Amino acid sequence: MSPTSNAPASVYRDKEGLGVWEHRGKVAAVGIGQAPIDRRWDEKLETSLGAYSIIAVQQALDDAGISRDDIDGVVTTPDGMGDLWAPRPYFAPPYDSEDGLSGVTADWLVRNMRLKNVKFTSHGPRCIANAMCVGIQAVGDGQANTVVVLRATGNMPGRYHQTTSNFFPGPGQWTNPWGWQLISQIAFGFAQYCRKYNTNHDRMAPFVVNQRRNGLMVPEGYYAQHRPEVLTVEEYLAARWICKPMNLFDCDLPIHTAGAFLMTTSERARDMKQKPVYILNHCTQRGKIRSSCETLEETEEFADSIARKVYEGSGLTPSELDIFNPYDGFTLFFQYYLEAMQWHGVKRGEAHDFYAGDISVEGPHPLSSSGGNNGNGRTRWWGYRDCIQQLRGQAGKRQVNVKAETGLAGAFTTGHSDWVVFGTSPD
Amino acid sequence: MPKPSPVPNELSKPFWDACNQRRLIMQTCTKCDRMQYPPEKTCDACGSDENLEWREVSGRGRIHGYCVMYDSRLKLLQAEQPFNIAVIELEENPEIKFFSHLPGTPPDEVPIEANVQVEFQETATGQLVHEWRVVS
Repeated sequence: MSPTSNAPASVYRDKEGLGVWEHRGKVAAVGIGQAPIDRRWDEKLETSLGAYSIIAVQQALDDAGISRDDIDGVVTTPDGMGDLWAPRPYFAPPYDSEDGLSGVTADWLVRNMRLKNVKFTSHGPRCIANAMCVGIQAVGDGQANTVVVLRATGNMPGRYHQTTSNFFPGPGQWTNPWGWQLISQIAFGFAQYCRKYNTNHDRMAPFVVNQRRNGLMVPEGYYAQHRPEVLTVEEYLAARWICKPMNLFDCDLPIHTAGAFLMTTSERARDMKQKPVYILNHCTQRGKIRSSCETLEETEEFADSIARKVYEGSGLTPSELDIFNPYDGFTLFFQYYLEAMQWHGVKRGEAHDFYAGDISVEGPHPLSSSGGNNGNGRTRWWGYRDCIQQLRGQAGKRQVNVKAETGLAGAFTTGHSDWVVFGTSPD
Repeated sequence: MPKPSPVPNELSKPFWDACNQRRLIMQTCTKCDRMQYPPEKTCDACGSDENLEWREVSGRGRIHGYCVMYDSRLKLLQAEQPFNIAVIELEENPEIKFFSHLPGTPPDEVPIEANVQVEFQETATGQLVHEWRVVS
């Protein structure tokens, strides 16, 4: 098999007007796996991203009640979100390159897990949300019967993502002389949001505190395992600024772990260990901005487009969406998704009022029941796990009291994101 | 404050060369009468590269919004924290947005919607880049 490449553009449902997804209800999520979580890699090969990937995939197989020989498709997000191991020296095979250390390709997984029946591999770059769409569509299209979707996301020793270069070619020539990066884009957008809707950063506190609370009810999450303390409103409001109006607790914590999901056909899913959770839609947003930064108007337009695609492809309406887990890796963009999707009737500019109400998992509006990446650490897959667990009725202390028959998860920004809609019924 | 340097390529070289002459120029599609920044290989509206040319603009703008950086990933800028990063819209076409540290404006004291005028600052390689200063 030749080295795996990124999925072709034709895989992604990034246009409006495509109608209900052609494979709606014909693909199912049947297994989830979560490796141990560390704050940073301790440089031992048994805790490498490669080793953790094998653990995560084996857990997903055990969850589904199938063996590695049942896997005939592998999709990974090959880049690990953290920094590279280089220029530090590599190790003996299979750790003689970045593959397995700072990220994990499909080829690495096939080779080192001895997945002998794999006939389909592909990559969904940058985010597991991307890889989820690729794996789901592959099953729907019949390119494989049972696909594992994997991402390993790492955090090397030392400070995360420090840029020492003073010279920037390419797109960075237009942004980096002023220090404009994703953080400033999100902070600027939120400041514009606050001005437009007459609100302020303090009003984020109930949401962020609730994210941590939900995360502490995820036994596999970073905070539940390593820092099992609640976050108080006072702590949130006193946190240092990262890029005002974004503070420390608006950012998800970089961690070192791997997560895996198994997708198969709905027919095969019925014979597996878990109650199938059906895929009702996947869709994608690739927005193009007019100039050098994304304006609030563009952000809201992108979010609206995502919402239209989510509902059009799944055939659901806002009132039919039960579990709601958009990406929160910067908490300051969560409101765009909430308002565009109109989950529980929230309209534009109303998110902060909604946060001030009862958004607990026990209550009538269990917002982001996963605790998200803010409440569990930066992976971008907690929302998918939670949707599957909630729809199975296996979310433990987080199990919502309201109906849990459909769910939405996705990541990452309004301009560049991928989404999956889940359902307990294929119909 | 010190700034990292842009590294021009074939597409951007005319822009950065103009900055070195303390001139602000915009890539413009003459068929669509449409500016675009950053420059692209083709006009985003008509898709053609046949009518793209560089036009000098006034250098006047307005502050659209801002944030204040306290923890930049860019090592060179960390010594200057906190610093403003403002978004400037061009007078001739407010859809065109630039970034600015707003020299002369203290951090977090940014007068949104105030008028600004372009000026040029030297970066690590000697390349000048466009900056903006509040004018009364």
